[in-house]
Amino acid sequence: MNVIIMGCGRVGAHLAGMLDKEGHKVTILDIDSYSFRRLPPGFGGQALVGNGTDEEALIKAGIQKADVFVAVTQGDNRNVLAAQIAKHIFNVPKVVCRIYDPIRQEMYQELGILTTSPTKTGSQALREAIGG
Amino acid sequence: MYIIIAGGGEVGYYLARMLLSEKHEILVIEKDPKRCQLIAEDLGDVVLRGDACEARTLEEVGTGRADMLIAVTSDDEDNLVACQVAKHKFRVAHTVARIKNPRHKKLFEKLGIDATVCSTELILAHIEQDLPSHPLVPLLKMRARGLEIVEVKVAPDSKMVGKKLGDFHLLPNSLVCLVVGKRKGPQIPTKDTVLEAEDEIVCVTEAGSEEKLRSILTGL
Repeated sequence: MNVIIMGCGRVGAHLAGMLDKEGHKVTILDIDSYSFRRLPPGFGGQALVGNGTDEEALIKAGIQKADVFVAVTQGDNRNVLAAQIAKHIFNVPKVVCRIYDPIRQEMYQELGILTTSPTKTGSQALREAIGG
Repeated sequence: MYIIIAGGGEVGYYLARMLLSEKHEILVIEKDPKRCQLIAEDLGDVVLRGDACEARTLEEVGTGRADMLIAVTSDDEDNLVACQVAKHKFRVAHTVARIKNPRHKKLFEKLGIDATVCSTELILAHIEQDLPSHPLVPLLKMRARGLEIVEVKVAPDSKMVGKKLGDFHLLPNSLVCLVVGKRKGPQIPTKDTVLEAEDEIVCVTEAGSEEKLRSILTGL
């Protein structure tokens, strides 16, 4: 699969490493090249400086041939904007988006974007760890 | 009308001040406590500190009964989300978003935002109006009816020059409502009005016909 990941934070970099290892073609975007230090050693994908909410930058990253677009920057709204550009402007078949705010996450899920809220999944995992 | 303004920066502040003077009910939502204080001291009890992208904040300010939400924070993404939450969670009839990146206009429209205002594009349109390419300047969009009001200067090499409006089938669903001649000044056109080079005309046109109209009037 051709995968574009927007945001090279801990999650973005880790996910990029996983997909690269599995043999997928990965392109990771971040507005700060310093973020690419988080990529695992031996990462074989492409790392590009660019703003994922800008169509030109997305085209440069190869969005027209992407099978999957993942938005995992720190900003919920930035992720939502980029995800909707990928889905509605470039018709990327699979668009996944991280949204910390559970209410917004549910709303965008209803609007047809695959979303995940670390707030919900994280608390759930912690609750299970606590037990009792 | 009850109008919610998301973002209490300079644009939000002046917008609130003007709308208040027109006796509308206004509420500004702003994250920064300093801006909130400034607005409250100046305009009174019309500001709430909070995040307009959060459904809870919008719930608190009674967005369900709002006639309009105008999102004028400095970030396109925040304006988009504030409008989308207002639309989908609270069924606000009119949402308006300020955008900076002109390319975002198409997406916002597709996502159901009722109007976008792009300062970058407005500035560009005004610069281009004075350039020899004579493009069309969009003045107002009536989205619900699919119509647009545009202003365009007739180029010397346009095939419209010297022709009567009546014997030139301009475009289906386009109507010339005003001709401003260089010497003649503004006039309401009739079918006998003859167009001259450099005339500025104001036209109602179907959205999507701008390109055709532009090529006829500018000769490009």
